[in-house]
Amino acid sequence: MRRLLAACLVSLAPLAAMAQQVTHFTLENGMEVVVIEDRRAPVVTHMVWYRAGSADEEPGVSGVAHFLEHLLFKGTDTLAPGEFSATVARNGGSDNAFTSYDYTAYFQRIAADRLDLVMGMEADRMVNLRLDEADILTERDVIIEERNQRVENSPSALYREQKSALQYLNHRYGVPIIGWRHEMEALGLDDALAYYTRYYAPNNAILVVAGDADPGEVRALAEKHYGVIPANPDLPPRARPQEPPQLAERRMTFRDPRVSQPYVSRSYLAPERDSGAQERAAALTLLAQLLGGGQTAVLTQKLQFESQIAVQVGAWYSGMSLDSTTFDLVVVPAPGVTLAEAEAAMDDVLTGFLETGPDAAHLERIKSQLRAQEIYDRDDASSLARRYGAALTQGLTVADVQAWPDILQAVGAEDIMTAARDVLDRRQSVTGWLMAPEVTQ
Amino acid sequence: MIRFVLTLVLLAAALPARAGVEVAEITTPGGLNAWLVEDHSIPFVALELRFRGGTSLDATGARGATNLMVGLLEEGAGERDARAFTQATEELAARFGYSASDDAVSISARFLTESREPSVDLLRDSLIAPRFDDDAIERVRAQVLAGLRAAETNPRDIASREAARLIYGTHPYGSKREGTPESVAALTRDDILEAHKGALARDRVYISAVGDITADELGALLDHLLGDLPETGAPLPPRAELTLPGGVKLVDFATPQSVALFVQPGIDRHHPDFFAAFILNHILGGGGFESRLMTEVREKRGLTYGVYSYIADRDAAEVWTGSVASANDRVAEAIAVIRAEWTRLRDEGVTAEELENAKTYLTGAYPLRFDGNGTIASIAVGMQMDGLPTDYIVNRNDMVNAVTLDEINRVAREWLDPEALTFVVVGQPEGLESTVN
Repeated sequence: MRRLLAACLVSLAPLAAMAQQVTHFTLENGMEVVVIEDRRAPVVTHMVWYRAGSADEEPGVSGVAHFLEHLLFKGTDTLAPGEFSATVARNGGSDNAFTSYDYTAYFQRIAADRLDLVMGMEADRMVNLRLDEADILTERDVIIEERNQRVENSPSALYREQKSALQYLNHRYGVPIIGWRHEMEALGLDDALAYYTRYYAPNNAILVVAGDADPGEVRALAEKHYGVIPANPDLPPRARPQEPPQLAERRMTFRDPRVSQPYVSRSYLAPERDSGAQERAAALTLLAQLLGGGQTAVLTQKLQFESQIAVQVGAWYSGMSLDSTTFDLVVVPAPGVTLAEAEAAMDDVLTGFLETGPDAAHLERIKSQLRAQEIYDRDDASSLARRYGAALTQGLTVADVQAWPDILQAVGAEDIMTAARDVLDRRQSVTGWLMAPEVTQ
Repeated sequence: MIRFVLTLVLLAAALPARAGVEVAEITTPGGLNAWLVEDHSIPFVALELRFRGGTSLDATGARGATNLMVGLLEEGAGERDARAFTQATEELAARFGYSASDDAVSISARFLTESREPSVDLLRDSLIAPRFDDDAIERVRAQVLAGLRAAETNPRDIASREAARLIYGTHPYGSKREGTPESVAALTRDDILEAHKGALARDRVYISAVGDITADELGALLDHLLGDLPETGAPLPPRAELTLPGGVKLVDFATPQSVALFVQPGIDRHHPDFFAAFILNHILGGGGFESRLMTEVREKRGLTYGVYSYIADRDAAEVWTGSVASANDRVAEAIAVIRAEWTRLRDEGVTAEELENAKTYLTGAYPLRFDGNGTIASIAVGMQMDGLPTDYIVNRNDMVNAVTLDEINRVAREWLDPEALTFVVVGQPEGLESTVN
């Protein structure tokens, strides 16, 4: 019944007992290194993460972290503008970068034997960037078109931007990563270079190499390329303005003629994962799953299956964050249901949940899915690389990342109820309605 | 904020030889063909099924039936209603994905070795014995309608809809696969049953599995999973006639940034000129930051965040297409630059250096794609849909490398067609006139 027609030599190496092993060490200049071994295919993902994102910007230059990320693809002392990506491409690789509130990261995905090449170029642009005014002007147009595409053309994105601004009174998480348009339009060379010299240094960076890489070889290459860059002794301590306790509920209604499907969403100010103390965040992670994670979740069952007030619901908690984060809910009402009715129905479900607590079997199902997740995740070394990079730029350690699955499993129903009562308090929430303009006669 | 998402990645000459993955082509005792890559390092299996036809099989007057049917497969099957089905899936920590495209119904499954049998039983129920309960139909119908409402005011969705209508007319490709609010509202349970019978049949299924399973185990699994599906389904749609008049079709919509799609006739992947055209597209607009369109429109002029092109080889039509988005006062210039580059490439061709760079990229990147069970399973089933043999994986780089400068420049002259290149623009662009009704 079985015929072997072809045996192709492509990629998968002989099987390893475990797909991944994680090694962690620090270079003498303070640069941390994480190596995630997955030897199944001759590919590596090489990433450098900086502990600097949009929330580390000075007031008045919003968007400069992301703008600088774009400018890092311009020239250095030894590379012409565009040569970085062109060299990666000529070697069969691809490269890109991304900016968030708490980090900026650059990565290449390339054949394992080209690690030396990309590491050399990445180390080069950590300190040797060369920019001129012409680079600045054209690239500023590009980021404004990026803002047009991601934000201005989408009422949902504009709504989320306004809502974040309302959520954070004092913390820079209230300012969009891409920047406020009027500030983006005024960004200059000096702004970008000031951010660059302040934050781009080995003692503010984390190297993550995932894939077909030997930790000893990675250490030797890292010492050769990154180890020779001196630490920046003037790196400022990472102390950003913190959010005060929220004492009064805030609300907004955002109207835009381009809205054809209205919805209501709410965010509650919530604690983040902290190193050595991730238990509350674990409880909130499970709470989000119980309330809105899939078809058997409480909000889904009550609002989509039973009352059919909603066509879609969701609950999210993003615990990976350096400072205070949010717990988020959304309800998309069925036709004929007003946003007031949808919101009231959502609050009824929350009130009911706070009285009865989670169903034990439901909680057990969520935990078994999280256990399985650890197995499925081993199939994708690049996403593990992102997990470690994000954790280490957001106040967590390798040990915290590795302890997280067990901490999730140890959460009990009472932990979840305590976290739910603390967080699901209207006084520390922002509720928004996204809708079309009222029709006037 | 990803700086730019690479759309197409594809091969490496200088890679170190590795003891390799074996793609085994198997036939089950029941007569089903499948591709298998065994890899026992992680205790799960990635299984991919594709049923050719997809939403283009919708019966006349029942547009959206296949899409709605696929959305209902996990909403109750066999003995279990929607809630019980999901509970059972969650208990087993299996993951099933069901989706419908113009050319295929796709099923993606991941299940752990320890719970393989009960997981496959569940998956089987969803394919063979979906219940299509009335309450589930109404719930999923409401979700589809909500999606259609949202798409009505999204400029990218409007551009796709209007481009499809212009190019494909009354062919199924000419309308949204989800249907219209009216057609979806009118769908009956019988329409859904008919769509199920028409779409999921053994004569059109393609199968790949990667991970912790042997050939014998897979054979038995597949016969159990798919053995009771009907032998044949609905007839596949006819070829689509393309209407590509050239010029610009403007769709007025109040939004600050115009979205433009551009389309000209494409090329079948089995045509002898395909590899040359494929490399040509990489140089034009398929690569990362180095393509001509990215260089001219973004890097030199800052007119857009991203511009790209690709060759879409669909079952019933081939087009060469792409997109760009620019502020209303700048999109006319972006379009003029794209047209000029299209014409320059046709008339002047590519340089030897551009061809060489494209080849090293394409040949270097190809093996990097085979880096996990999930990705390999997905590539393997796509190759079968495209009618490619398993040894394509080892021969592909040679086919890329065989393309000569003369050949690619002849293909540029013969295939690039700036006169037929048609732009559909949604927004309120300045200095742009509609030339197509």
